[in-house]
Amino acid sequence: MALVDDHAVPAHGHAEAHHEESFLRKYVFSQDHKWIGIQYGFTALLFLLFGFTLMMMMRWALAFPGKPMPILGGWLFKAMGGVMPPEFYNQLGAMHGTIMVFLGIVPLAVGAFGNYVVPLQIGAPDMAFPKLNMTSYWLYFCGGVAMLGSFFLPGGAAQSGWTSYPPLSDIAPTGQTAWLVGMLFLIFSSLLGATNFLVTIIQLRAPGLTWMRLPFFVWAQFVTSFLLLLAFPALQAAGILQLMDRLAGTSFFLPSGLVVSGVHLPNTGGGSPLLWQHLFWFLAHPEVYVLILPAFGIVTEVITNNTRKPLWGYRSLVYAVTFLGFMSFVVWAHHMFMTGMGTVMSTFFQTTTMIISIPSVIVLTALLITLWGGSIRFNTPMLFALAFLPMFAIGGLTGLPLGLAPTDIHLHDTYYVIGHFHYVVAPGTIFAMFAGIYYWFPKLTGRRMNETLGKIHFWPSIIAINCIFMPMLWQGLAGVSRRLYDGGASYSHAREVAAHTNPFMSYAAWTLALAQIPFIINLFWSIKKGKEAGSNPWEATTLDWAATTSPPLGHGNFEQVPVVVRGPYDYSLPGASRDFTPQHQVEET
Amino acid sequence: MSAHDAESIRKETKAYITVFISLAVLTVLTVGVSYFHMPVRLAILVALAIATFKGSLVAAVFMHLRAERRLIYWVLVLTVIFFIFLMAIPSISQWDQRMLR
Amino acid sequence: MEIPYTTEARPDTGLFNAKLGIWLFLASEVMLFGSLFSAYILLRTGAPVWPHGRTQGLSIPLATVNTMVLIASSVTMVLSWASLRLKDFAKYRLYLGLTILAGLCFMVIKGFEYSAKFEHHHFPSTSTFFAVYFTLTGLHGLHVLGGMIINGYFWGPGAKMWKSDPERFTNRIEVAGLYWHFVDLVWIFLFPTLYLL
Repeated sequence: MALVDDHAVPAHGHAEAHHEESFLRKYVFSQDHKWIGIQYGFTALLFLLFGFTLMMMMRWALAFPGKPMPILGGWLFKAMGGVMPPEFYNQLGAMHGTIMVFLGIVPLAVGAFGNYVVPLQIGAPDMAFPKLNMTSYWLYFCGGVAMLGSFFLPGGAAQSGWTSYPPLSDIAPTGQTAWLVGMLFLIFSSLLGATNFLVTIIQLRAPGLTWMRLPFFVWAQFVTSFLLLLAFPALQAAGILQLMDRLAGTSFFLPSGLVVSGVHLPNTGGGSPLLWQHLFWFLAHPEVYVLILPAFGIVTEVITNNTRKPLWGYRSLVYAVTFLGFMSFVVWAHHMFMTGMGTVMSTFFQTTTMIISIPSVIVLTALLITLWGGSIRFNTPMLFALAFLPMFAIGGLTGLPLGLAPTDIHLHDTYYVIGHFHYVVAPGTIFAMFAGIYYWFPKLTGRRMNETLGKIHFWPSIIAINCIFMPMLWQGLAGVSRRLYDGGASYSHAREVAAHTNPFMSYAAWTLALAQIPFIINLFWSIKKGKEAGSNPWEATTLDWAATTSPPLGHGNFEQVPVVVRGPYDYSLPGASRDFTPQHQVEET
Repeated sequence: MSAHDAESIRKETKAYITVFISLAVLTVLTVGVSYFHMPVRLAILVALAIATFKGSLVAAVFMHLRAERRLIYWVLVLTVIFFIFLMAIPSISQWDQRMLR
Repeated sequence: MEIPYTTEARPDTGLFNAKLGIWLFLASEVMLFGSLFSAYILLRTGAPVWPHGRTQGLSIPLATVNTMVLIASSVTMVLSWASLRLKDFAKYRLYLGLTILAGLCFMVIKGFEYSAKFEHHHFPSTSTFFAVYFTLTGLHGLHVLGGMIINGYFWGPGAKMWKSDPERFTNRIEVAGLYWHFVDLVWIFLFPTLYLL
């Protein structure tokens, strides 16, 4: 018996008076998780686009060091004859990283997808704390404004890397202060959001939805929220300490006797630059799992749905990501192998780092086995989800030499590192995000995105993205350091490799940009003109597809509270009339 | 959730007052002990031990942790474990530096 | 559209939403203050010399009084919640009012302490000792202030909910109380660490 039918008109059965909400209350200060999810989504996509633009500018300096930048160069760097100054390159580098990670991916993966999908998948009317949800979004927005505004400060935006290492960051121009303030807003937003997600998942699951019947996407968000809750405070603390250093003249991170440009700093000293690194990486390592876990969740949903068979190894996956979350707290110093660390500490962190690679392998293996023998549908979300697998595999494998200190000696702070982590986040997480957008678009809008445009988006993207990041691994092995404003042109050992690879990579990056145009067109065009979809166009089993098409705001998500009677992935059940059996559907007689 | 009836609440109130007096006494003790000359390590241990005991009283009685559900316990156990990892930062940093010297 | 378990407990977890929420938030606060403690330990053990609080002009008697004030405020806070459960709104207001006053007293004494330091030209920038002292007590003080604002809201305009939804209001006070006790708890550790060791 269907829970809802496609043409159901919700809400008017309610006894409460249906009062009209003002535009401000409904669309600006919304407390509905679906609209907040959309707010997060659009804001995050804009930030991703901006961060991408910053990178494209960097790629000019890398490909053609010392040459004037066309169009923008004349406007931004008039005094330098259109050539990008090194300080500006550093701003681009620091802000590209910060924006992509904190303003782009996490808000998209957790704020947008998490907010929109989790309550639907657990059969809840909304998140546990709708007002807190709204607050989280606006705190994120404020943090974003602070970050973007910093470009207009004298001295420019933060320029000490997204990692903001002192002493450099302590003495950097004002933009760094704006970065710190922005981070405090973003962190507070995330902490409130994480609390909301955890309470929602624990308390608001529909009747019959036991822990081991949860869609894997929800498990992924659950672990992610624990990571955000317990790891972010360390960076909050570090941020407060750095603000004190910059504004109150303290020396938490400034060592004694520091000389800058020939002048002794007037501070008292006695601080420890390593303290910042410890606190920063205590967060930042769990942070990278925050970046990948929602992606695991999305890819699992899309792959399972498009193989028309149950997910293989559900229990193993749950245990793997829980173990992963826990282990992520004890590997942080593998980012610090080159700080003069002793062998025992180094051995400890190498060991934990090797151990933490195991859960990821379990995830990839389970997904690969799921594909085996499946009736695979190669729609656009599936293409992106499938591409995720080998791309993440490359990202993960390239992490191994970095996690082992002897090889890290040669690879630390080179382009190898940049290649490694971009493989995981760019053709990794961002491809998973695309898969999610194409997959859940019909739920939001009642229309499908165009498949042809989707394929035109996918194929050039996957090719171009490999052309950017594969050579980086090569560059790193050849010794090209990261964060060089001319891409290595000043160093004799790096010059040739850089000259041979950088222009090619830059052309690939600009091609990747062009490949996103069909996506942007598709996104907006399909809202009005896409093929109509109904409430469950992918014939999926999870509760989100049992809700009405484009569930209305402010009225809950389900006609009646669904009662779950089976696991999340009952595809091709023997004896069933269809090749999928929704979670709330009782046995057919 | 604990029983709402007036009798049990009055019993709890007595517990609150008892804990208050204990905390006051322990505070005086903490201050008093600090005036004794003892090796730094011992002083830290004693001070933190008393503080931990006081904290436990606040958590157990004022925050009703002793009557609270298992789920809260597990959240706290997890937090304590990660707190220990956090405290490991200075310890391993120090120990590592000493080993190198 | 009602969110379930806002007031009544969910059977399998035995909790209402806000109680779980505040404990999770407090877990993150443990990590926040823990990070600062961790930083303090790292800096102190790495320093060739570290002064005792007494020699730097920290007043132990004043801080002891402050500690008592905060502990007392914890008692009055939990008594205000107990009063609500006994349906005694007047007593609730009395005890919560006392809690807010105690918080104010704490902040005033803190104000005296800080101004005394500034008069002696002891600022956060003076030494790592003072950097740690001002940052840790400052952040704690901000948390006290935050708690006072929340309690003030529940003493004043927020108390309207007692008429419309007494059970939910009682739960809110319990949740506010848990936050306030945590702030007291942090001070219980801060006091000996900064003043006595």
